[in-house]
Amino acid sequence: METLEGILAEHPFLHGLARPHLELIVGCASNVRFDPGQFLFHEGEEADRFYIIRHGRVRVELFAPGRGPITIQTVDDGDILGWSWMLAPYQWHFDAQAVELTRAIALDGECLRAKFERDHDLGYEVLKRFAQIMQQRLDATRLQLLDLYGNSR
Amino acid sequence: MATVAETAQRAPVPEPMVPALYQIQKVRRETHDTFTLDIRPQVQGSIPRFAPGQFNMLYAYGTGEVPISISGDPADTARMVHTIRAVGAVSRALCELKPGGVLGVRGPFGSHWPVDESAGADMVLVAGGIGLAPLRPALYRLLAERGRYGRVVLLYGARTPEDILFHRELKQWRAQFDLEVHVTVDRATSKWQGSVGVVTTLIRKASFDPPSTVALVCGPEVMMRFTIGELQRRGLATESIFLSMERNMKCGIGLCGHCQYGPTFICKDGPVYPYPRIAPAFATREI
Repeated sequence: METLEGILAEHPFLHGLARPHLELIVGCASNVRFDPGQFLFHEGEEADRFYIIRHGRVRVELFAPGRGPITIQTVDDGDILGWSWMLAPYQWHFDAQAVELTRAIALDGECLRAKFERDHDLGYEVLKRFAQIMQQRLDATRLQLLDLYGNSR
Repeated sequence: MATVAETAQRAPVPEPMVPALYQIQKVRRETHDTFTLDIRPQVQGSIPRFAPGQFNMLYAYGTGEVPISISGDPADTARMVHTIRAVGAVSRALCELKPGGVLGVRGPFGSHWPVDESAGADMVLVAGGIGLAPLRPALYRLLAERGRYGRVVLLYGARTPEDILFHRELKQWRAQFDLEVHVTVDRATSKWQGSVGVVTTLIRKASFDPPSTVALVCGPEVMMRFTIGELQRRGLATESIFLSMERNMKCGIGLCGHCQYGPTFICKDGPVYPYPRIAPAFATREI
């Protein structure tokens, strides 16, 4: 049977992390599952965790009055979801809803923040990895904003 | 492989400046602004052979002429197929033609995707928007000779779910066990159950072996630029990346200079280029 530690050690996001650091992170992790249509979080709620999606698909959406929910992006197998747990005031900025049955590993934000405060090397390692994801998402968002397919090829 | 693609023999067009009369056989509405036209010669005659990636100059009489990639199956000898987005006067006039209507055709012109030359490799096709149309003939060829290739992956990005081209075929392709298809859209309502995000994000997860992969890329230039970056990050060799370029054209045979792109003419040397050949021009804003 796959252990949480084994799964996390092999995940690209945490790959190469020093063993003691990995063990600290595993201490904040738990398995979760969401049925289709179930919300992982809502805008404005306390951002108390982030997710490593194992299987499934989650849409990140924003509700616009008169237009309903607008999907901004989807995340699926292997993706990381959520970084608001790192930044005060620790509130979600969007809604996240499972499109299909989704299994994920949830990592407790408060638990992680406490460990980062005690071990800055761990905090720096994880922040570097989140910075890469943020950069990828920012690039992707900028491309989306360009509306590339709108006028000419 | 780049060299083979560059030097591939292309059948000369007998009268390259004289449009042949073709008749509209069928019109299919793909999206709100994109149509696929099946055409055949007005008088009995054979359909010229073409290689995937080549284009024809289509002439809407009384309006003008535009280069349009051939989007049909190269093995289909009964019709020539073009998928056209109605964005200008000529393309709108072409899209308004009805079955029985007549248009002028010159071609096929230009270079082609290195499909035959890539036998044995994994193939990744990355398409954005209408860019799926010039790639479809390559996919037909790959599927017709599926055993000659390793993994075949199609990554396709569209603006919204309503802008997805070739819906029915995409569903069929997705159902095939020997073809990996990923479709994503830039924006969607919650009714869409598929992926939302730019097409470049699909590259990270696609299954292919980078050192032995050939990538065929077609879409807006900004999309192609970011796609090249992602492919290189995955480990693809620069010379294994091929792009289809687009510029305004007039003669289609490398005489007038309208489509000059750096030291090349897109109509004659392109539209399909091995990326290293145009990399300097690709990075120059003024070109």
